[in-house]
Parts: sequence; C-alpha cells; structure tokens
Amino acid sequence: MEAKLLMGNEAVAEGALAGGVNFFAGYPITPSNEIGEIMSRRLPGAGGKFIQMEDEIASMGCIIGASISGCKTMTATSGPGFSLMQENLGFAAMTEVPCVVVNVMRGGPSTGMPTLPSQGDIQQARWGTHGDHPIIALCPSTVREVFDLTITSLNFAEQYRTPVVLLMDEVIGHLREKVVLPQVESIEIANRTQPTCPPEWYRPFEDNKSGVPLMASFGDGYRYHITGLTHDEMGFPTTKKDEVTALNHRLHRKIRQAFEDIMLYETFLMEDATAVIVAYGCVMRSAKSAALELRQQGKKVGLIKLTTLWPFPRIALENMPEQVQEIFVPEMNMGQIYREVTRVNQGKLRVRKITKVDGELITPDEIIRGIKREGADSAKRY
Amino acid sequence: MQKDIDVYQYLRHEKKFPLIWCAGCGNGIVLGSMLRAVDSLKISKDRVAMVSGIGCSGRTSTYVDFNTLHTTHGRALSFATGLKFARPELTTLVVMGDGDGLSIGGNHFIHAARRNIDLTAFIYNNNIYGMTGGQVSPTTPGGKIASTAPMGNIENNFDTIKVAEACGATFVARGTTYDADALDEIIAIGIQHKGFSVIEVLTPCPTIYGRYNRLGSAVDMLKSQLDDTIPLEQAKNMSAEELQGKTLTGIFVNEDKREFCEEYEKLVQRAQKK
Repeated sequence: MEAKLLMGNEAVAEGALAGGVNFFAGYPITPSNEIGEIMSRRLPGAGGKFIQMEDEIASMGCIIGASISGCKTMTATSGPGFSLMQENLGFAAMTEVPCVVVNVMRGGPSTGMPTLPSQGDIQQARWGTHGDHPIIALCPSTVREVFDLTITSLNFAEQYRTPVVLLMDEVIGHLREKVVLPQVESIEIANRTQPTCPPEWYRPFEDNKSGVPLMASFGDGYRYHITGLTHDEMGFPTTKKDEVTALNHRLHRKIRQAFEDIMLYETFLMEDATAVIVAYGCVMRSAKSAALELRQQGKKVGLIKLTTLWPFPRIALENMPEQVQEIFVPEMNMGQIYREVTRVNQGKLRVRKITKVDGELITPDEIIRGIKREGADSAKRY
Repeated sequence: MQKDIDVYQYLRHEKKFPLIWCAGCGNGIVLGSMLRAVDSLKISKDRVAMVSGIGCSGRTSTYVDFNTLHTTHGRALSFATGLKFARPELTTLVVMGDGDGLSIGGNHFIHAARRNIDLTAFIYNNNIYGMTGGQVSPTTPGGKIASTAPMGNIENNFDTIKVAEACGATFVARGTTYDADALDEIIAIGIQHKGFSVIEVLTPCPTIYGRYNRLGSAVDMLKSQLDDTIPLEQAKNMSAEELQGKTLTGIFVNEDKREFCEEYEKLVQRAQKK
C-alpha cells in the first residue's frame, strides 16, 4: 500500500469504513467535524447511511436504533456533545447495543476552548452516565493507531455488545502524519453473534459462558423487547432481586473476564528502568522523547503507553520491574489517570503527576523538567 | 374495519399482564385501536416495530408482540429514526405521551416532522404527567390543577395539531378514546401515509388529572370527550361562537411531500453512478 498523508480525524473515517461502519449519525462540533463530513461524502457511495441529527442526544439514540436493526454504527463528537450523549450511552450499556462514540477531546470544562486540546474527559468516559455500568475506552497516540483503534473499537463493541468510546485529543485529531494503511484483506473484523435457533426458543438476554447474549436484529423474525429498565432474560422489566443482581453482575462480568483481550498497553525501555512514565494519547509522544533524552543524560527512564483507558489496564502497572522507584504521570488534565495509577499502586511507589491545562500540549522538555524536579513553566509537578 | 379481531394474537399474554395502567385509563383503548388498524392492514408482526418513550404511554410497547423498543424519556423519535432509516421496510410506530413527546422530546418532534421520515407518531395526550404523580405538562390547559401547579396552571398550553403542522408533518390527526371507531380509521390511514404522521389521541387520566380537577369518574371523563369535541366535517357548518371551547377531531393534514428514506435512496443511486 502506498503512503498517505492523513489527519487523525480522517483516519477515524478511514478506519470506520474499513471496519464495516454502515451507519453514522452525528451533530456538528469542533474539533471532530471532519469525521462526520467525510462520512457524509463516503457512506452513500458505499451503500451506507449518514444522517445529521438535531443534537447529540438524538445522534446517540439514532445509532442505537440503527444498531438494533443490524447496522454497524458510529457517532463522533467533542466534550459538550459527549455530555449530551451520556443519557443514551447508558441506555446502550444497559441494553447491550454495540456502537462506537468518538470523542475528540477539547479544552473544558463547559464550552471551554473548542479549538484547543485537552485530555479532560477521561473520567467522564468512565463515569459520565449514571448507574454502575461497564464501559470500554481506547486512546490512540498516532494517526496510524487512530485507524487501527477505530477498527478495534468497532470489534470490541460487536464482540462484547457494549458501547465503546474512542478518546482522542485534539492534537491527534488534527495531526497529519504519513501513514501506510494495511491491506483490506488483512484487517480482522468482528461481528455480533446472531441467534440461529427458532424464534420461539430465543431468550434475548440469556447468560452464557462469555456473558454476551446472542443479538437478533429487529425485522429478522425474532420479535422481542428491549428496555432501559432493569430486565429479565426475556428483556421484560423486573425488580426481582435475583434477576436484577444477575443482570448487573453479568454486565460487568462480560467485560471483566475478557480483560486480557481488552487491556491494551505497550512498554518501552522498562528492563532496567528506575523511573517510569505512564502516558497516553498525544502526551505519549512527548513522553517517549523525554525518556530517550533522559537516558542520554544517564537517568534510567522507562515508559508505559496506555492504549486501553477503561477498563483501567491495571496489569500494566502490576507487572512493574523490581528496581522501579518512581512513577510519573504527565497528562493534559488535573490528574485523571494519576488517580487510577495511585489506586492501583496502593502506596508501593512514589507517584507524581505532571499536569498541564493551558490548551497546549505537554512538551518533552516539560516532562524532563518535571521528572528532574526543576519545576516547569506551565506544566506543573505536584 | 373489522371490530372483533383476535387481539390475543398481538399481545404478549404469557408474560406481561395485567397492564400497569389504572382502571379507567384511556391508554388501553388506544392500544386496541392500534391493533385493529395493524390487523386491517394485514401487516405481519415481524414487520412492525414499536418504539416508545417514558411514562404511562411508554409501557405500551411491553405488551405487544412486535419488535419493541422502550427507550429513554423524550428520545423515542431519535431511536425510531435510526431504526426506520436502517430498515425502511419496517412499519414503525412511535408511542409518546404529551410530556414525553412535546416537552423533553420537543426538539426531536420538531425535527422528525421537518425531516418527514416515514414514522407514525402517537401522542397520548392526558394533559398531565401521570406516571410521576400529576405534574403540569405542556398540554395542561391554563388554570387546571396539577401537583406542581397547585393553584392552577399559569402557562399556555400547546395545541399538538398546530405544532405538528407548523413543523412540517405531512399527516396530522386527532382522535379520542370515546370514539374508538373513528380512531381505528385515523390510525389505519396514518400508518399507510408515506411520511411523518402525527396522531394525537385524547386519553383520559381519571386517577390523577381527573381527581385534581374534579372531572368525575372515568365514565364521566369519556362522556365529556363527546361533549367537548367536534369532528372537523361537522365544524365546517358551525359558527365561531358554537365552536368556542370545543376541540376539533379528525384529519387536519394529509399531503404528499418528499420522504426522507426515499430521498436518501435516490441520493445513494446518484452517489453510486459517479
């Protein structure tokens, strides 16, 4: 395949089309607009469906409705729109409807800084919708990875019947890089498992070994009920304690027991590291440069790149080499993944955060100064 | 239309009865009309999808043996838009209440009508939020009592028909639970209409709205539907004075206009020719 100059947001659209998306609903918002625009151009020719909805609440409802009729669906948005989607995102988690939500994170809170990057929605992706729901969120650091993780997000959504959030920061969304995309034939695509039994035998939310029920599409002859109310195996509302508990436990179990498949992370220079940087998204790029630079200066620094953010990939931190003494968490928020790192670390090692929330990315130099405790200009070490 | 149909075959009788609706509630009458209309059109149950919102009306989808989706409050039309757009061959009925469809779901209502997507949208209008205990709704008439308007509603109320018409709905009708025969016909025509159909059904809530406003028994409330409404045809020959305080029923709008799913299909063909 030839090399292409691609923007992160363009790579989302390319990944979506390669990954089988045939239904996209969205509402305009900076800095995610290119994704919807490309989908509106490309989907009709590919026989897919595009619709611009009246708001993000409707976009989310629309892709859920389409997914229930058998489409592979996606929407894309940014902070304020992601807030509006939370209600129906919870509906998708509860009713186990596969769908992918791309959130190109911009400066917040509120309308914040529409054109500037942040990583401020990490905890929102986990806990933004009410109730004790499971969720999967992935975070790319390069344009090629945007393409790959878009497909992975779609696959996870289908395999585990869950909404998946692809968390990009504006830097990655608008970054242009030379990318060689994989051959279409080499791309692995997962689809939901549909029932093959006679309709009268179908139990739409029945448990099985994987915890992921078989999913029939509306219109295929399996007439059944879907509700956001707590439901029994047939999909009907229930308040019976045993049925309620079984549903809540299964929703978590289906994600938890697949953690080896879902928890994606990479490590660099970890063998002899005494200090480790934990980073994700665009900050990972600066962190990598910082680690290499610090090694030249004689400090043994390693790097853990988090790709899956939710469920939090705790095994990445649990398998730390013995000689590691310190962990640094640079991020473009006030310490959202730092919270998780300290939680998993349980006081064993010193964990320090290097945060920056001024609308600019964290530079390698700022991470180096943070690690050397020289203080930084705007990147603050606590 | 055949009146003595085998309703049983359309209900999830093994699982979900009795209904949660109060004695005297009009919602069951609307459901009956809906089933008679579907039956008269000979649409297979596999080809019918029902999407409902939240509230008393929202529970309708639980009881019927179609492809049924009980969504979030006010959002039924957005889910239904995705469902219908993905599978235009499904006859899609959307069931909402007055608060559900016109207050929290107002934006979706406006735009589904503007888009003219082929959905049949029902507004069960009981003039109040019944399920949550009787709060004031966008169709509670001025002066009426509600649990959040204990001294009378000081706001103006929506006329569903005018809202739907102004937003571009291409079929707009109003029926009552008193005249179920007329309602059967209206629903059958609405389902067959290609485009966004709005059917408002006046359905009494004797338990809450009726008690707050001392409107008498369920039977009294049904009878007052007869007294307070006038069919459109009859109204044509009546003076403005005679029509004072009356609510009109019948089919207000029934026109052809380009429909969203069909237009999209044309767009796909254009895109694929290129």
